[in-house]
Amino acid sequence: MFTSFIIAFIVGGLICVIGQLLMDVGKLTPAHTLAILVVTGAILDGFGLYEPLIDFAGAGATIPITSFGNSLTHGALAEAEKHGWIGVLTGMFEVTSSGISAAIIFGFIGALIFRSKGNID
Amino acid sequence: MDKGVIYFPSKPSILAAGVVVGPLEKRSVFAQNFDLVLDDERADQKTNEQGHQHLIEEAAQIALQKKKLTMDAVDFFIGGDLVNQMTPTNFAASTIGSPFIGMYSACATSTAAVIIASLLTELGGSHYAIAGAASQHNAIERQFRYPVDYGGQKPATAQWTVTAAGYALIGKHQEGEPCIEAATFGKVADYQQSDPFHMGAAMAPAAFSTINQHLKGRGQTVQDYDVIMTGDLGKVGLPILKEMLRQSGFTTKQLETIRDGGAEYYGDDPLFLAGASGAGCSASVFFSEILAELKSGRMKRVLLVATGALLSQLSVQQNQSIPTVAHAIEVTMK
Repeated sequence: MFTSFIIAFIVGGLICVIGQLLMDVGKLTPAHTLAILVVTGAILDGFGLYEPLIDFAGAGATIPITSFGNSLTHGALAEAEKHGWIGVLTGMFEVTSSGISAAIIFGFIGALIFRSKGNID
Repeated sequence: MDKGVIYFPSKPSILAAGVVVGPLEKRSVFAQNFDLVLDDERADQKTNEQGHQHLIEEAAQIALQKKKLTMDAVDFFIGGDLVNQMTPTNFAASTIGSPFIGMYSACATSTAAVIIASLLTELGGSHYAIAGAASQHNAIERQFRYPVDYGGQKPATAQWTVTAAGYALIGKHQEGEPCIEAATFGKVADYQQSDPFHMGAAMAPAAFSTINQHLKGRGQTVQDYDVIMTGDLGKVGLPILKEMLRQSGFTTKQLETIRDGGAEYYGDDPLFLAGASGAGCSASVFFSEILAELKSGRMKRVLLVATGALLSQLSVQQNQSIPTVAHAIEVTMK
């Protein structure tokens, strides 16, 4: 079990290193970096490469945002098999809907309770 | 005489100044000369922008109080800030109630405003004018980069927008007060630098151009000055300016005269990355520390070169470069 922690840490860390390099060396904005990682995850899954990575690295591959792209493609492909073309549209957010809903709901609750300050003092 | 260089025969005086800063700025190396340090960066107002407005009103009031004047005595209120359409300054102008000239030269606004105030004084159209600029950290970070609460990463070349307002009271020449002998409106420089986290590098050529323009137009050399101080080139931009000056023939000794408000502002605290910036940066340094040095007689002649990056959120998103400008005032003390 200990080795799986190490592998998850290293693989997850390497994905983050790529993101950091995109920002620092590639001079991309955080939004661009995010979009590139999501799209990369989606494309990798399209070629069937992301699942093996999850099998290998576990949380190291499911926690970074690339996993969101993976889920988008996954849902789209699964629904497409069942319902044809329209399934691509309906399936895209099927797997990811819990993540998106959680982001919206917790964001909303956070905004209700807290007030941004910004001061580091 | 070179273009853009203005000489004021009547030598309008800087009669007083008010500098109000936010809580973090008490860490500044210039803190002892600030008039008021607020405990809350929003100045206990509801929004950052309202706090920003409050800074401006407070700074103007302090400048007037020092000469026991009220707002009724002010002929012109001249200033600006970095928020879209300069709304904090516009709102402040509505409470101040004097005839208002809104100005935008980004972080070079402080000196640009003083030049206009000096011209109006020279023409006899103004007995007392309030001129300056301000910035508020949270409001300006949101305007140009990301909202602070978004927590976006910043590279080491990024500068820290100060929460500060500096306003000077400009009037007819008075003995014993620092006076404005000459000034230079700079040309806009664009060296195709397009990184909004690297503004010091973009602004250095503008400062270089304006310093040369002023010295040439006035027939002066660096030795005529105790200090030539730029506004907010920061720790990245200042060495670039010095290198440009060195290549144009300045000696190492002459380069010692060149200082930068933004590079010195927060000392060596790594929290503030490449140093301070913002329209309030030059205003709060020039109108506190430098005026104090002049009044005490430790400095006799200074060239204050506020530097501004003329970018907008839109121009950055459209991958445009960052045009920059620097405006200089030559302030002397007899």
